[in-house]
Order: sequence, then structure tokens, then C-alpha cells
Amino acid sequence: MKEEIFVSGRNIPNIDPFLHIWHWQIPLYLFLGGLAAGIMFFASLYTILGKEKEMPTTVKWAVFLVPAALVLGLFALFLDLKHQWYFWRLYLTVRFESPMSWGAWVLMLITPLSMMWVSSYIKELYPKWDWKFEILNKFEKLIIEYRKSLAWALLILSVILGIYTGILLSAFNARPLWNTAILGPLFLVSGLSTGAAAIMWMSKSHIERSFMSKVDLILIGIELFFIIHLFMGFMASTAVQINAAELFMGGQFTVSFWVFVVILGLVFPAILEILELRGYKIPVAIPALLILFGGLMFRFIMVEAGQITRYLY
Amino acid sequence: MRYAMAIDTKKCVGCSDCVVACQTENNVPHGYCRDWVVEVMDGTYPNLELEIRSERCNHCDNSPCVRCCPTGASHYEAGGIVTVTANECIGCGACIESCPYDARYSHPDGYVDKCTFCLHRVEKGEKPACVSVCPTNCMYFGDLEDPDSDVSQALQNRKYKTLAPEAGTKPQIYYLI
Ligand code: SF4
Ligand code: SF4
Repeated sequence: MKEEIFVSGRNIPNIDPFLHIWHWQIPLYLFLGGLAAGIMFFASLYTILGKEKEMPTTVKWAVFLVPAALVLGLFALFLDLKHQWYFWRLYLTVRFESPMSWGAWVLMLITPLSMMWVSSYIKELYPKWDWKFEILNKFEKLIIEYRKSLAWALLILSVILGIYTGILLSAFNARPLWNTAILGPLFLVSGLSTGAAAIMWMSKSHIERSFMSKVDLILIGIELFFIIHLFMGFMASTAVQINAAELFMGGQFTVSFWVFVVILGLVFPAILEILELRGYKIPVAIPALLILFGGLMFRFIMVEAGQITRYLY
Repeated sequence: MRYAMAIDTKKCVGCSDCVVACQTENNVPHGYCRDWVVEVMDGTYPNLELEIRSERCNHCDNSPCVRCCPTGASHYEAGGIVTVTANECIGCGACIESCPYDARYSHPDGYVDKCTFCLHRVEKGEKPACVSVCPTNCMYFGDLEDPDSDVSQALQNRKYKTLAPEAGTKPQIYYLI
């Protein structure tokens, strides 16, 4: 038996007995980032493929959520900072070794670009919209003219953003649960799936909805595969990673993870989507909401559980 | 130059003087500490083994806290000492998450704080407060690259270990065992 105690007494707020520096802000930030990346990815992809007519919600309307999600996400990140009035320091340097740094920069790029995207469709949504200034009208024309190039830029940026939400965590080798390369792809796929769910929910066209639902089914399949892969990797790894996996296999996160994330957030909505595609009448809001809820829970659990896993004591 | 510390676990009695010395020297806010003492009891009765360790930031050679800091507030000083510049720190907590030793904390004023190896003393040629106050003289500080320094001498004839070297941080606090 091995017992380790602090004889000098140590009870630092948010560090002891378990690390809890990141609260709800970071998982929310990761969720909103993933959601925005997902919607933006499909919007730019189907613009590049020239499917504006068939997929109007994907290409035009769902994108209205993107700047909102990004601004909210950045605000959540801001709330997490403890030395808030030095926030601008984040934008004085670019540090590629620090995911927090390049991620903040990617957000800074993708937010205005997605706003430009939205502004180029605003007249289609509100035909009476008036930009008031001639220069803005010119700017709008320019965006519409170069929409394809904008789509390419946003396609690449959205993939980077989606992966970043996972890499932010996996870069921390001190937290064995996070320290796995699969987290980047896993968060990307999960983000794409929440994006697809949001589009599905908003879409009024049956064809578009059933198409996105098929895409989503594939994404859920990949996500489940990655999750199994994640745990297989842990179980075949070092003691600290086996301990990390055990939090989900009998440990304190077992129920929340397998019930809320895997069953309610992935398997059950997948079954509903299959039934829907087979012709059963199922309101699309149910699987869509479940997927969004599952994605949010997934990030909360990963951030929470990861901070508990450690090397010492 | 590479500053490091060697701590003799056989001499340490766990009095926690180093902790109090640091809190006083560095004005550490109430309820926080930059160093702490761990007692490890290993084995089953009656075959027990006790190890007492005074722990602090390891001033790692490959420190993830410096790597993950988005602003560069966490950085290396001369001799590999890792410190935080308070007015560059945004308090994002990335460095706290990245330290396998939980050696950092969020100061009540918002920025992140930690052991500095008493840089302000070391620059004047003095030893860190914890080292100079230890009643059993169980801590050795100095330049690893200088074979005559206290720390190099201490490491020469003894077996030693570092904490969680598998985390890949190349820690620079050596425990004599
Ligand atoms: S012990 Fe922690 S805070 Fe100190 S240098 Fe290493 S990683 Fe950074
Ligand atoms: S909390 Fe401060 S020192 Fe730590 S990573 Fe963030 S900016 Fe750098």
C-alpha cells in the first residue's frame, strides 16, 4: 500500500484536492466552436460543390448561427480568464506551440469571415434590407462575386477550428485523459455532427433534411468508432491512462458518459434518424436536440474528468 | 548555466520550515503556497518505508507550461528558471492545466504565480529562501554545469530520482534517495 499526504498542509483553491481551474466556460467555448465549425464546414462545402439551390438552409440560413456562436464562445473564453483586462495580450503574439494562442487567432479570422458570409445573404432573407452606405453595397457585391474563394478559406478554417477544439485539450500531457492524438479528430467529427444536427433542425425542405440526416448518421458512426478507439488506446497504454479510462468504466463518470453522451447523444438519435429515413413520422427536433445535448455533455465531461486525471499522488 | 536543486529525502524531517520561509520571503497570499511537503508511506505493516519530500516547481527543461502559454508570460529566465510575467498573463489557466506537478496556482489578483527559485535572491548570489532556512540542511542549490556547485556535489555520490519523469518534462529538482 502507498499513502501520500501533504504534511505541510496544502489546500489551494481550485487546485486541491483536484484540479478545477476550468469551469463551465471552457466546455461551452469548445461546444460553440465545434458547432460553428460544423455549420460553416457544410455551408462552404456545398457552396463549392454548387448546391446552393438544393441545400438553402445549409448554405444560407444556418450560417446565421455561426457568428453568434463564435462571439458567444469568445465571450465564454473571456469569462474564463482570471486576469481579464490583459485579454489583449492574447493578440500581441502568435505562438504556434500553444494551441490556446493559434486557436484564438483562428477564431479572430473565422468570425469576421463568417459575418461577411451572412451579410451577403441578408438581402435574400430580408428583401427590404438597406445597407445605408454605398460602400457597404459595393462590399456586398464584392463578397457575392468572390463567394467561392471565401468558401474555400472558410472550409479550411472550419476544419482547423474543429480540430483545435480537441487539440486544445490533447496538448496537455499532464492530463492523461486528454493526452491522446485521437481527441482532435474526435472533437472535429463531433462538431461536424452537431453542425449537421442544427442544419437538420432548421431545414424546411424534406430532401435537404434527409440528406443531412444521412450525413449525420455517417458522422455518428465515425464518432462511435473513435470513442471505442480512444478507450482501446487507453487500456493498452500506461498506468495513468488506464486510470483515466477507468473513470469511465466503473468510475464516477461511467453513467454520465455512457448514458448521456453515448446512448442519448449518439445511439438513440441515430436510431430515430434511421426510423425517420424509413418513413416513420418522427419530429426532426428530437434527434437534433439530442445530438446537440450529447455534444455539449461530451465536452463538459471531458473537461471535468480530464482535470481529475494526473501523474502524482 | 542550469540552476537545479537536490533535496535529501533521508535528511528531511518534514518540519515545513521551507514552506513558511517561502511564504514570508515571497509574500505568498494567505491560503496558498509555492512549496509543500509530502510524506509517502509505502509497504504493509511492519515493513513500512517512509519518504519525506519538499516539493515545488521543477523548473523543467522541457516545460509544458511555457509551451502552452498563449502570451509568452510563462518563460525561461537565465539558467532555466521558469517564471511568469504578471502583466503579460491573461489568467487563462493553460499553464496550470499543463503542469504535471500542480506547481502553479491562480493568484487572487488574477495572474498565475509559482516558485521562482527566489530569482531575486539568486541574482544577488544568495540561495533560495527555502534552501537557506532548512534546519537539517537537506537542500542543495546551484548550477548543474559547475561541477563544484552544491547541487553537483550532492548528486555525485548519491542515488537520486526525479518526480514523474515519464511526463516528459525533464524536471530539475533531484531527490536523493
Ligand atoms: S514543474 Fe510545472 S510549473 Fe514548474 S516548470 Fe515544470 S511544468 Fe512548469
Ligand atoms: S495563465 Fe498566464 S502564464 Fe498561464 S498560460 Fe495563461 S497567460 Fe500564460
